[in-house]
Amino acid sequence: MNKARNNPLNSFAAHAALITWTVIALFPVAVILINSFKTRKAIFREPLALPDADSFSMIGYQTVMKQGDFFLYFQNSFIVTVASLFFILLFGAMAAFALSEYRFKGNTLMGLYLALGIMIPIRIGTVAILDMMVQTGLVNTLWALILVYTAQGLPLAVFILSEFMRQVSDDLKNAGRIDGMSEYAIFFKLVLPLVRPSMATVAVFNMIPIWNDLWFPLILAPGESTKTLTLGSQVFIGQFVTDWNAVLSALSLAILPVLVLYVIFSRQLIRGITSGAVK
Amino acid sequence: MQTRIKSHVIVFLAPAVLVYTAIMIWPLFNTLRLALYTNGDEGRVFSGLANFRTLFGDPRWSDSFWNALGNNAWFFVVHMLVQNPIGVALAAILSHPRLRFAALYRSAIFIPTILSFVIVGFAWKLILSPIWGIAPGMLDAVGLKSLFAPWLGREEYALTTLALISVWQFVGIPMMLIYAALLSIPEEILEAGEIDGITGWSAFWKIKLPLILPSIGIISILTFVGNFNAFDLIYAAQGALAGPDFATDILGTFLYRTFFGFQLQLGDPHMGSAIATAMFAIILTGVCIYLFLIQTRMRRYQF
Repeated sequence: MNKARNNPLNSFAAHAALITWTVIALFPVAVILINSFKTRKAIFREPLALPDADSFSMIGYQTVMKQGDFFLYFQNSFIVTVASLFFILLFGAMAAFALSEYRFKGNTLMGLYLALGIMIPIRIGTVAILDMMVQTGLVNTLWALILVYTAQGLPLAVFILSEFMRQVSDDLKNAGRIDGMSEYAIFFKLVLPLVRPSMATVAVFNMIPIWNDLWFPLILAPGESTKTLTLGSQVFIGQFVTDWNAVLSALSLAILPVLVLYVIFSRQLIRGITSGAVK
Repeated sequence: MQTRIKSHVIVFLAPAVLVYTAIMIWPLFNTLRLALYTNGDEGRVFSGLANFRTLFGDPRWSDSFWNALGNNAWFFVVHMLVQNPIGVALAAILSHPRLRFAALYRSAIFIPTILSFVIVGFAWKLILSPIWGIAPGMLDAVGLKSLFAPWLGREEYALTTLALISVWQFVGIPMMLIYAALLSIPEEILEAGEIDGITGWSAFWKIKLPLILPSIGIISILTFVGNFNAFDLIYAAQGALAGPDFATDILGTFLYRTFFGFQLQLGDPHMGSAIATAMFAIILTGVCIYLFLIQTRMRRYQF
């Protein structure tokens, strides 16, 4: 095609720049993972070397397993994330369907009202949220977190899903109506299966911020039985600051689940962003 | 259908509207309301704007507030000057047609963005630590050891260092959004430019950049909102006291300390609400400037 766009020097420079930034991006993660498998001595003597037969050690992981309740933290994070995603998707899709399918008084106004939360962070209302959770006895329960994350995720979910639901063909829905399907059946049996890819996009967008959040677990559910993995590792690392093996292992254990999720969902995530879902 | 709202419409809307109103909108306004009260002898007493007079008038409070706001502004400036240009540059390189391994680079560069602040904060704390010696060792290898300082522990460097760590973490987001915008530019436009002799860099500056300006606007406002309610990274790396000597204190950590309390200071929900109200005003101003001044003036091109 065109020479100017295929200059080998340009392409060399492009790869050099990208490789440089990739190294910068991955270096800290790699250093943590590598050193978590080494003895204390080796961590300090040669921090950049890979563990070998001599320096290999799992002592950090043993400390973490003994001291921290990481399985419980993981379970809490898992429950909170999955339950929040479920409610965001179910409630979000229902509201998006109502807004995109039916013409009623106040439709636009309702859309704007729900869209307010896209730009205004829910953290601003934390004082009153804590107040409310204390009064309703939900403080230090996973429900407090699930409710907050559901409310936080809904605005963007409704916005994205209603864009996609407008594209579902009217003929299909009307055919369903002629066949005597109720509006609920049309939503659950016809529309939901068709917008499944955009539901996945919404889920992936919400998953990582919920899993990684520190603010609300710290304020609403700091109790031992409700700690999430993010809060649990923060507290654990804070206590074991001087035990480098334990800190590095705890960090690695916290990185691992997110990395696994990312490997599974990265194509979905990147497709979601690049398909213009957040324009 | 236009006039009466059918029951199924209400059923579809109700759960989302209820949860959203009860957990997000109501507490937001309630927080603004709580800022007008103080703790009296018999519980909550209405006190008008007294909390704001304390926040802005009492030097003990106003010094902390302006310090946090100034730090927050600098935090935002670093993001705008470093994160967004790097993001745009990476996206421009990635969007090059027939670049090999583009998907691989893209996925790898996005990895820091998915990590939690706790991981990022501690990982960098360890790497920059003078005890471990990774950063000094690496600088030594290129003969720049004299440049090393315990950056996170020095008042003059700590905030910028944390801002750069945050840039490192979030550069993936502008990269992805700009990348998407660049991909959506039709090939015909670029070819038309080539016929007129506009290629390479000048094609980027003269054709692509004007076309992705709306995306850069969105990224700027996302960065603004994200930075002005940031908290986690500072808390994970420096603790609630945002040391050294509050040099890294931003509005989020200031709010946390004030309303939740820490160490010897008792939590004060009313002063906390006043700070939250100030944050709300700042974010709202930013969003309004974007929506009414920037977005409306930006030309959008339809292909």
